[in-house]
Order: sequence, then structure tokens, then C-alpha cells
Amino acid sequence: MIGRLGLVAAGAAVVAAPFAASTYHVLLMLPFMAYGVVLLGLNLLFGYTGLVSFGHALFIGIGAYTGAFLTSTFGVRSLEAIVVTAAGLGAVVAAPVAALCVRYVKIYFGMLTLAFGMVFYTFVLKFYRLTGGDEGLPYLRPSLLGFGLEGMSKTDYLTGPYYYYSLIVLAVAAVVMWRIVHSPFGLCLKTIRDNPAKAETLGIGVGRYRWYAFVISAVYASVGGALLGAPIGNVDPTLAYWTHSGNIVFMTLLGGFASFFGPILGAFVYIYLEDFLKSLAPSSWRLIFGALLAAVVILAPGGLMGLVRAARRGASPRPHDPARA
Amino acid sequence: MTEHVVRVLLSGVFHASILFLVSAGLQVVFGVQKIFNLACGSFYALGAYVGVWAVQMYAAAGGPPAFFIVPLVLGGLLVGLVGVVVERGLLRFVYDRDETFQLLLTFALVLMLEDAIRLTWGTSPLSTGGMYLVYGQAHILGAAVPVYNLVVIAAGLAIAVGIGALLTRTAFGRIVRAAADQREMTEALGVDMRRLYALVFTLGTVLGTLGGALVIPATAAMSEMGIELIVEAFAVVVIGGLGSMRGALVGALVVGVLRSIAISVYPELEMLLIYLIVIAVLVLRPRGLFGAAATAT
Repeated sequence: MIGRLGLVAAGAAVVAAPFAASTYHVLLMLPFMAYGVVLLGLNLLFGYTGLVSFGHALFIGIGAYTGAFLTSTFGVRSLEAIVVTAAGLGAVVAAPVAALCVRYVKIYFGMLTLAFGMVFYTFVLKFYRLTGGDEGLPYLRPSLLGFGLEGMSKTDYLTGPYYYYSLIVLAVAAVVMWRIVHSPFGLCLKTIRDNPAKAETLGIGVGRYRWYAFVISAVYASVGGALLGAPIGNVDPTLAYWTHSGNIVFMTLLGGFASFFGPILGAFVYIYLEDFLKSLAPSSWRLIFGALLAAVVILAPGGLMGLVRAARRGASPRPHDPARA
Repeated sequence: MTEHVVRVLLSGVFHASILFLVSAGLQVVFGVQKIFNLACGSFYALGAYVGVWAVQMYAAAGGPPAFFIVPLVLGGLLVGLVGVVVERGLLRFVYDRDETFQLLLTFALVLMLEDAIRLTWGTSPLSTGGMYLVYGQAHILGAAVPVYNLVVIAAGLAIAVGIGALLTRTAFGRIVRAAADQREMTEALGVDMRRLYALVFTLGTVLGTLGGALVIPATAAMSEMGIELIVEAFAVVVIGGLGSMRGALVGALVVGVLRSIAISVYPELEMLLIYLIVIAVLVLRPRGLFGAAATAT
């Protein structure tokens, strides 16, 4: 009950933000919503299937570069077309990558995803003529639902139509993901996470289900990448670098991978905390972030949601291990 | 033609020597503690900065240039002791956790060390100046090669032989190998695991920082050098096989020499080629060339 009230309050706050909050903070909501979509997908793999990818920045990169290519090379400005193409390309790339990766678990799965991520990164970095190399490609202002909105100033565009467009994409993504994880399919994934051998004897095709989860998560990451690129206006290879993959895993852990909304909370806290620390301590914000991550890993592996739950239960926060959850 | 080939190969072997040191550190820690240490690249960067700093102090104090290698190596070795602090202060809390958390903890170290280096030495690249060519150039089959490179290659080989002897011929090595194979049994036989883990992690760290110190006369120290090297070291251990020392040596040679050839023939391919090999190895032979059986599923 309290959880549902909290969700409604958070939703109302996000809808009202462009009218109440400063432009600066409203602009920060855009990467938050884009990462929210990415993390919903990543957590299907991490929290629900028990596979930790260190290469999902690959799909963020695919989504962002799709937007950049379509708007600046092919003259396609419709964001609907960009999102659909990004999702399709994400799935096409993920299909063979997932087929190879899901043959392994744990550290080998992580290493293989990292290697694929770095293949994409080096490709966009080195093939300068196609991708603009380290300077990247411009991501021109996309039109929304057929409206060009060229007359608006960039800030008005981003804090108005683009903001609500991102919010709707995030909401739809969340509803779809909610249905996925609460379906029989989602239950199968959890069974695979907790006991793959048992899942196999129950007749669940473990490899096939892991493959589905991987491809769905890649589609989410690509859509999130397409949303992430437009407000920046330029897409460069660092989006696909391995540290970016590490950061999104960090966000998931920070919010709490064991909870459906945990990763979204993690993205929110990460984005605002990063911004706050960057202005407070420009040269040592990574140090503080690293210490925070270490503290979460050692003291509160359940993340913020884990702490909230523990507090509500009145018990002291207890480490929560996904392998034994 | 031979001149060009020799130069490309030797530059590849030089890079391989450095890569071997860092990868050997990664391997020994993975072998015993089963932790894939993403921060080994950051230790390498730390060693590089301390190396530059030590050499600059030495030069400022008026030490003879010919012996600059002494403060360089000493600095690289001593800063490796930070490994004890990291192991006792952070890693020991997560040994019984899922490996995801162990991996993320070393990622936290990457973030912390990167800023710690920036805060201490600033953001502009540092170099040791003219020390690189103090020993002059050697001419091998017509190719001019800095003697320093040959010294590092020899040092890399000597350390490889030394680690091999340490692991196979000493009591400590037997304990390390036993702990890597059968942790519980080794502990039951009365080996103090806390001490062993601290020692092994420190050994791994020292190998990384020494690698960083040795590379530094040939290049400049930059704060991103750590996160760039870790992905190469990662390729080395995957190709060679996780946890295997022989694998680290062969993997380092493969990655170092191929990279050097790719740069001279078709630069766009450089790391792309390495990662494609990594994927091929992971898919076809996940245990690598020399590794123990991988855990599939």
C-alpha cells in the first residue's frame, strides 16, 4: 500500500516537474528517463535471470548511433521511426551475440559481453569515415509524432515535448516489463536464476529463455540509447566503452536489483548525485562514487530499495545475495 | 624489409613483456582468490605515475642518469604494497559473496584510483624526459632498437622464469597451487588463508605496478592508461586461459605482437582484431589455450 502510494506520488512529481522545477533539473531528468529504460531491460537479465552483462553499453551505442545516422545521414527525423529502428537493430545485433553469450554464466558471460562491447567500441572509434571516430556524429533534433517543432528553442523543446515523450516511452517500457516479469515467462527466468538444473528438469529450455531475456534487454538498451542521444545532440564512442557498461550495472546495484523499481530509483539517484558531486568536487567525484559503490557492495548489496525494505520491516539491513535469494 | 619486420616484432615483444606482468598479476589473483580484478590496470597506472615521480626526484637530486632504473624499479615495487591495504580493507569482506559483487568492488577501485591519481599528479601527461635513450640504441639486423626495450624484454623473461620457479619449486608455490585447486582442503591442513590471500593479492598488485613503472620511460603516464590496459590484459588472460601463468605468457605474446603487426599494416584493425580473437577463443575454447576447464552453464 505504502509502495503504491509512493509510486503514484513519484509519478505525479515527474509529470509536474517541468512546471515546478528549474530548467536545469528538468534537463537532468532526460538522461534519467533514458537510463530508466536501459536499466529496466538490464535488470531483466541481472536481477531476474541472474546474468551480469559488462557489455550493455554496446546496445546503448547502437540506439544512439541509429538516431545519429537516421537524422544526420538519411534525413529521417521522426523519433518514432528512430525508436523502432533502434529496437529492431538492437534485436538483430543481439540475436547472434546472445546466442554465443548465454552458453556461459557468471564470469565467462561477463567477459564475453565485455568483449563484444569492445568490438563495437573499437569499430566506431576506428572507422572514422563512417562513424566520425572519436568526434562522433551529430544527432539532430528529432520530430515528435510528425511535429517538427523547429520553431521552439532547444530548451523549450527538451523541457516540453521531448520530456513528455521520454516519459511516455519510459512508462510504456515499464508497463511492458512489469507484464513480462509477472508472466509465466518471468517466473521461468527466476527459476533459472535460482536453480538452472531444476529449471531444466521442469522442462524449461534454460538456454532459450536466457536468449529471450538477453534480446529483450538489448532492445530496451537500444531504445534507451536512442532517447539518450537526442538531448546531447552528439553521439560519440564513449557511450559504448566498457566503463559505461560498468556504470549502468552500478546504477542497478545502487537502486537495488532485487526490486522492480530499484534500478529506476538507482538511475535517478546516480544522475542527480553525479551532477551534485561534479559541481561540488569536480576533480574527485569519481573517488566519492567509487567509495559509494564499494560501500553499497560491502554493506548494502540490496541497494537503496533493500535498505527501504529492511527499514520497513524494522530489522537491521541484512546483506542480500542474489545467488541465494 | 627485414629491418621493418624486426622493428615491428621487437616493439610487439616489448609491449608483450609489460602486458605479461600485468596479466600475471591478474592470473595469480584469479587463480587463488577467484576474483577477476578489474583494478589491475589501475595498479599499472599507479606504478607508472610513481615511476615517473621517482625518476624525476632522482634526476632532481643529481643522480647519474645511467642508474635511473634503480629508483624506477624501487618505486614500482614499493607502491605495489598498496595491495595489502586494498585486500585487508575491502576485498576480504566479499570473499563469500557472489562474484558479481567481487567484480563490482574491483570496478569501484578503478573509479577511486583514477581520481586518486588525478588528484595527486594532475591531468596532464607526465614523462621521464630523455631517460629512455640513456642506454642508446642497438642495431639488430639493421633496425635501431632502444636498448631500454631490450632490458625490459629481458626483465619480463626473467620475471616469468622467476614466477615459474616460485610456483613450482618452493613451499610457498606449492601452497598457492594447492589453495587454487582445493581451498577448503588447504585450509583444513592448517594454511592461514587470511595471510595467504593478503600475500597473493599483494604479489598480483606488485606485478601490475612494476609493469607500469617499467613501461614509463618509453611513453608518458596518463590517467586513462589503466582502463585502456585492462581490456588488453583481459584479452591476454582469455586467450591464454584464466588462472594460467603459461597462458599469460603466451597470451601476452599473441596480443602484443599481433597488435604491433596490425598497427603497422592496417591501423584500423588494431584492437578490433584482438577482440575478435578473444570472442573466437571464448566461443571455441572457453578455457583458453592453457586454462583449466571452464564452467559452462
